[in-house]
Amino acid sequence: MRIAIDHRTRYRFTEPQARIVQMLRLTPCDTRDQTAVSWMISVDCDARMRDAVDGFGNAVTMLYAEGPIAAIDISVTGEVLTVDSGGVVHGSSEPLPPMLYLRTTPRTTLGDGLPAFAAESIAGARDSLERLHRLNAALHARFPCLPDAPDTGLTAAEAFESGRATSRDAAQMFIAAARGLEMPARYVSGYRIDGGAQSAPHAWAEAYVEGLGWVGFDPVTGLSPDQGYVRVAVGLDAHGAASIAGTRIGAGDEKLDVALRVSEE
Amino acid sequence: MASRGAFDEIWGHGGPGNPRPEFAALSEWVADTPSAELQRRQQSAEAAFRQLGITFAVYGDSEAAERIIPFDIVPRVFLQQEWSRLCEGLVQRTQAINAFLEDIYGERRILKEGLIPPELIYRNDQFRPEVAGIRPPHGVWAHICGIDLVRTGPDQFFVLEDNARTPSGVSYMLENREAMLRLCPELFRDFRVAPVDSYPDMLLETMRSVAPGDNPHPVCVVLTPGHFNSAYYEHSFLADSMGIELVEAADLVVDDDIVWVQTIAGRVKVDVIYRRIDDDFLDPLAFRPESLLGVPGLIAAYRAGNVALINAPGNGIADDKAIYSYMPEIVKFYSGGEAKLPNVETFRCREPQALKYVLDHLDQLVVKLVDGSGGYGMLVGPTATKAQIAEFRAALIAEPHRYIAQPTLALSTVPTMSEAGLAPRHVDFRPFVLTGSDGVRVVPGGLTRVALREGSLVVNSSQGGGTKDSFVLLEDGAGPSQSQRQGS
Repeated sequence: MRIAIDHRTRYRFTEPQARIVQMLRLTPCDTRDQTAVSWMISVDCDARMRDAVDGFGNAVTMLYAEGPIAAIDISVTGEVLTVDSGGVVHGSSEPLPPMLYLRTTPRTTLGDGLPAFAAESIAGARDSLERLHRLNAALHARFPCLPDAPDTGLTAAEAFESGRATSRDAAQMFIAAARGLEMPARYVSGYRIDGGAQSAPHAWAEAYVEGLGWVGFDPVTGLSPDQGYVRVAVGLDAHGAASIAGTRIGAGDEKLDVALRVSEE
Repeated sequence: MASRGAFDEIWGHGGPGNPRPEFAALSEWVADTPSAELQRRQQSAEAAFRQLGITFAVYGDSEAAERIIPFDIVPRVFLQQEWSRLCEGLVQRTQAINAFLEDIYGERRILKEGLIPPELIYRNDQFRPEVAGIRPPHGVWAHICGIDLVRTGPDQFFVLEDNARTPSGVSYMLENREAMLRLCPELFRDFRVAPVDSYPDMLLETMRSVAPGDNPHPVCVVLTPGHFNSAYYEHSFLADSMGIELVEAADLVVDDDIVWVQTIAGRVKVDVIYRRIDDDFLDPLAFRPESLLGVPGLIAAYRAGNVALINAPGNGIADDKAIYSYMPEIVKFYSGGEAKLPNVETFRCREPQALKYVLDHLDQLVVKLVDGSGGYGMLVGPTATKAQIAEFRAALIAEPHRYIAQPTLALSTVPTMSEAGLAPRHVDFRPFVLTGSDGVRVVPGGLTRVALREGSLVVNSSQGGGTKDSFVLLEDGAGPSQSQRQGS
């Protein structure tokens, strides 16, 4: 499938900012399942950009802009060729071993309700792949999906208590539950075709299955990712794989607008 | 308890009337100087420290009062040959720590060899995936190591803890010496004591040696969390004695993967940062996002090789208590020889057999939290109450992987002023080892901490410990060597 992505992020500030430093995880890495045919990040102000690869193997762009800045527009456009891999990731760069993805982070603490829910959902499953599929299906059935929205820092435990979940919350719940069952799991941010306009990048989870490798699970659909998905960044949680992490020096508030369209060419 | 039979570094096993032969002269000085005079000098030193503001905060104390660390006027003394042997072990250990960090954030050969259980690295928060794959400028990770040692006999030294993050306490070494020079000048006339006042120069040399690129005049700064930090005195003292800027995060900006410091004359590129901020708070984009102490983009600049951070982020994996028990294997793996400085025997409670032994001998062991520090979360079996032992037993059974246990050692003592006059008190020792691109150096001195309560083995300043000056005696005829240097 040939997927076109047009992702615009606009920050408007109530007061001009003196400096902005942002870390962008907005560039997909090629694997055997996806290849970027074209990809471009552009910014509408005088900014310096530096590319690097972080410790998790993600392509990272540092963005430095000096003020006064009243607004900044980050635009990502590109085309990616994908194949359906049955949810299994092939040929990704993996500088860290699966075991690292067993550690808990502040965003993926389990809380009280999630462990019992997870244990119940996997009861009777014969192997780890089946356990993960059941966990994914159970999360899908239990949590009505909210539209994707900017990150408010919700933890997996808090999302579980609230009873509703964005794709970010659902992915973090999946990760927390899987790790609680001693299965390595990680957060993935990326893009997913769903026809209309979207308000934030999509998020899902990957878990490591011995013999298969990293396998994707999307609790929003209850299924594994297909050729309609583009993986961009992985991390231990939503914070670690955030598309844009930013700091600014300047007073006032910011308003964030996202216009995102993911479509089949 | 443990003071009976303990080795006294001046009196040996013989008591005040029968000192170790090499220490006869010093023992005489101790005996001949009236107690009241020693008391007076000690109070004078403490008054000076209070005025300087060398204080520390007691963590876990709700009053959070800043206190000064008590100072003891009787110095702790190393003979030159004792010191030389010690240095060999310190250099070997520090080189191994650097090699271990290089390996663990790079190729991870030691894990492929199966010498350390991989979960102790990967599931340990002290292993920082954020800096995996980065090689610091000149391949130096632990520029400043404070290796805590204890002693049980003339040549029996054991490493208690490796401090490879941002070891503090060096200002005490320097200020204690200042006080001794002022208050006990006769000691420096009668004994040839190796000077320690070159430490700031050695540190600056070390910093310059690891600057990225070949700038002959690299810009070095000290980064402090600010004057509310309990070690702020040390930060400003070191910056001052090195003649470099003391900065806070707000003074630094990263632009185009380069670190700049704002000065009155405009912005200046920074090459080397001696940071006294923990990893977590170093860069909100790489570590804790809510941190206000950090410099956004600092890790990107570091990854790009444009700045040296002293010490390197991620070093916590080398001085972690869970890794400590593997240090003899680590030293052997990287140096090719047996560790010259042994560890204290350590039971890893994560191993069922060790746990059983520990539970059966709680009244004889010291039990420590793997992730605790400052003497908190610790059980000293021989002096613990039944209730404390029961509490630790339950904690150990619930979460054995969080604990290690060690035998209580008969720590050496040094004569120390007490209410009842001079008496032996247990000590430990933190020497400071510097590693630059030009090799490893040990400052001839260090920080001696002393447990002021009779029989106590806990030297932590937060638990009633004090400090002493630490002399390294030069042998007659030997030139006053500034430091021991050994190529890396």
